Amino acid sequence: MADSTVQQSRSRDLDKLLLRPGNLVAPTFEPGVQLRDDLQEYARILVIGAGGLGCELLKDLALSGFKNLEVIDMDRIEVTNLNRQFLFRLEDVGKPKAEVAAKRVMERVSGVNIVPHFCRIEDKDIDFYKDFSIIALGLDSVEARSYINAVACGFLEYDSDDNPIEETVKPMVDGGTEGFKGHARVIMPGSTPCFECTIWLFPPQVKFPLCTLAETPRTAAHCIEYAHLIKWDEVHSGKTFDPDDPEHMKWVYTEAVKRAELFGIQGVTYSLTQGVVKNIIPAIASTNAIISAACTLETLKLASGCSKTLGNYLTYNGVEGLHIKVTEFVRDKDCLVCGPGVLIELDTSVTLQRFIDMLEEHPKLLLSKASVRHQATNLYMQSPPVLEEMTRSNLSLPLFELMGKVPKDIVHVTGTANKDDKKTSCLRKLRLVFKGVDAVTDMDMAVGA
Amino acid sequence: MAEPKNKYDRQLRIWGEQGQAALEKASICLLNCGPTGSETLKNLVLGGVGSITVIDGSKVEQGDLGNNFMVDVSCVGQSKAKCVCTFLQELNDAVKAKFIEEYPKALIDSNPSFFSQFTLVVATQLAEDSMVKLDKICREAKVLLIFARSYGLTGFVRISVKEHAVIESKPDHFLEDLRLNNPWPELERFAESIDLNVSDPVAHKHTPYVVILVKMAEEWAKAHGGALPSTRDEKKEFKELLKAGMVAMDEDNYTEATEASFKVFAPRGISTDLQKIIHDGCSEVESNSSDFWVMVAALKEFIANEGGGEVPLEGSIPDMTSSTELYVNLQKIYQEKAEVDFLAIQQRVKNILKRIGRDPDSISKAMIKSFCKNARKLKVCRYRLLEDEFNNPAVSELQKYLTDEEYGVAMGFYILLRAVDRFAANYNSFPGQFEGEMDEDISRLKTTVVGLLTDLGCNGATVTEDLISEMCRFGASELHAVAAFIGGIASQEVIKLITKQFVPMVGTFIFNGIDQRSQLLAL
Repeated sequence: MADSTVQQSRSRDLDKLLLRPGNLVAPTFEPGVQLRDDLQEYARILVIGAGGLGCELLKDLALSGFKNLEVIDMDRIEVTNLNRQFLFRLEDVGKPKAEVAAKRVMERVSGVNIVPHFCRIEDKDIDFYKDFSIIALGLDSVEARSYINAVACGFLEYDSDDNPIEETVKPMVDGGTEGFKGHARVIMPGSTPCFECTIWLFPPQVKFPLCTLAETPRTAAHCIEYAHLIKWDEVHSGKTFDPDDPEHMKWVYTEAVKRAELFGIQGVTYSLTQGVVKNIIPAIASTNAIISAACTLETLKLASGCSKTLGNYLTYNGVEGLHIKVTEFVRDKDCLVCGPGVLIELDTSVTLQRFIDMLEEHPKLLLSKASVRHQATNLYMQSPPVLEEMTRSNLSLPLFELMGKVPKDIVHVTGTANKDDKKTSCLRKLRLVFKGVDAVTDMDMAVGA
Repeated sequence: MAEPKNKYDRQLRIWGEQGQAALEKASICLLNCGPTGSETLKNLVLGGVGSITVIDGSKVEQGDLGNNFMVDVSCVGQSKAKCVCTFLQELNDAVKAKFIEEYPKALIDSNPSFFSQFTLVVATQLAEDSMVKLDKICREAKVLLIFARSYGLTGFVRISVKEHAVIESKPDHFLEDLRLNNPWPELERFAESIDLNVSDPVAHKHTPYVVILVKMAEEWAKAHGGALPSTRDEKKEFKELLKAGMVAMDEDNYTEATEASFKVFAPRGISTDLQKIIHDGCSEVESNSSDFWVMVAALKEFIANEGGGEVPLEGSIPDMTSSTELYVNLQKIYQEKAEVDFLAIQQRVKNILKRIGRDPDSISKAMIKSFCKNARKLKVCRYRLLEDEFNNPAVSELQKYLTDEEYGVAMGFYILLRAVDRFAANYNSFPGQFEGEMDEDISRLKTTVVGLLTDLGCNGATVTEDLISEMCRFGASELHAVAAFIGGIASQEVIKLITKQFVPMVGTFIFNGIDQRSQLLAL
């Protein structure tokens, strides 16, 4: 009894939002003590990354009504983290970020439970990610975002009308910052654009042409990259350059200085050398705080329905004044990651060759010269000749058998599409369902009912 | 490379040693250390401000444990200022952290001179009357001031300082200062020394685009009575000429020249923003003018005289396809011209200082140099006194915002954030602060809003019922995520004010936590 009074008053401010009815809320919102308790008991949030954003996210979530959190990060704490990753102290340098972050938040906010995972995101089974209500991303790399996005979208299933099945939707909240700028977004796979739908928002990093580095250097960065990418290999045959080894960095710096002097170029400093070689993105506490807070608020709204949801992409820019903009991006209906894919029903006897022929006639595809891939296996490849020869024997086999006799699964096909008399090469996602195979599942359900 | 500097590496890459030094010299005063105040200071302590003074008269309650990370269960019953100060100190031992257990309102009323010792005051969760009083105190004492408030799913941030002049505004995308449309003699001569039709293909594709464009523009001007391409057809023709100069398809320098050709077409002279600054009343300098305005006065003279309508040259060039030799030589030509322009400005600054009875060497060479380099990017931000904004509202702006689709909700929150203070003054509690009085509070708040709008001169204007009900639902709650957002915005602006880099926001920032369509209102 005493415990419950304490809890009530600890939730003093949040209760206003969770216990009272509102007018500008989600249609699913059911205010009350039950909602508050359910958030604490059943909502499980995974935070990816325990860096600048991750530290903030853990703190914000722990103080926003969530009690079951997990965090995954493969990095150890460095001195340069301390200007913003506020859960870490100088004496923590070298320790795993996820573990220290979880410990610090649990010490401060009693009642919250945070499970740390000191590993790479790829080290976890796919099923690990399935258990969470919402995944919050505090990452600084496009690759890691793509990976988690693919995992979360991989859980998504569509019904026969190509509508996402609600129970399979794994919402993601994603934040990112650089200097005085950042973004926060909500991804509801199947209804709002996933990371791949809008991959163009992350332009590829500009790289210097090697001939510029070797022959016509003009800037300090050119001299640094020459030392880093060309000279290092020339001098240290076989030894890999380690950006975290200060001796290696100093060597690159010294070589870059020599080259700059040779060509009369100014501006090579140790700090710039580190920045160029490690592609350092400037980062500060305040921007991380803003973006993480926006992400946390959206997480709370998704989990509780206590207000409207961000639709769907927020950008913050504090360089010149203050600009906050919300953009409603649209899904790429043909997205290979979150889209339904074209549904094709097949008899179990259909051979791969027959299947490839069908793709050419299929009104939605009109795909000729198709290569077919199932999971990581090439079932048939049109080219190169070596692969064609290796996979040719599959053509006469039933596709059902080639795919391990599963009742349904996704295959990816590449080929030439004929649209409006134009030929374009394209990649398509197909949902194959074999007729009459899932009878077993139907029977199970009938018995259960 | 020493440890303590390493700690700040990622931010030094943004504001440099000078910005960091300014932060380390700053003393910050925080009024009220709920989550909004605590989160603002957290970001500043991490960044390494010189000192903080936390002022709050309240004791830590159970409820604070649910929204403030800078207290824990052992703090209950103790001074909130003391507890928050202790936890903030843990974040960075280079910061001097102090606390005073006193209510800000009482301090504002009883000891106004107290605030003059600080560089900047962060005033959080203050009621309107205290804000107005503090505003006048800080304005008088020339102390930077920023207000921040979180209220349910809304809140605001507002800077108050008479004038904030920025030299290093560091905009993201700003056209390089290349003078392709107005080259000076040395650049022309350098271009003349290079043969665009050089037979060596390697040399041909390593001629920097700056040289190509200067030469082509000159050729064009000769054939067109001194004028540069201005009509669409002329611009197109100019680009065709560029293309005709190519000898191979892979000449990146010619591609760059075509892409940069608009720099040749751009009008000469200075931007309208800069026009406004040099014609500002403050550029008529007196003995007590700030260094910034003394330099603006020198700039004005320069533009009218040796500048020939242009500002001092910035002196840097972007990377471009070129042989190393030509690039380095071109760089030198730009640097030398920038140096000549700087010396002219420096002389004018000295003369002006002498004329207004000040030490002619009182503005450092580094400062003047930075001013010259950034002359095209100067910014002046001015802020009304709160009292002025409240008593003499820009009625047309208010009405425009209220009925605007994009700004309507933010404007509604602006009105409501003021209405709840009026409500509290009348009824001794905020609307919806306590259970059981919701319906009555909603109708009372509605009446308060109508009264406020009438006082503001917006008769007939309304705030939607939905928004009024939501405001009552919020019941003066301070949610951690909202406080972290508002605190993040506030600390960001504090950094800009103290480092004197980048451009602070002008106007009132209204947070909209419902759909995140927050807005900046210029009132």
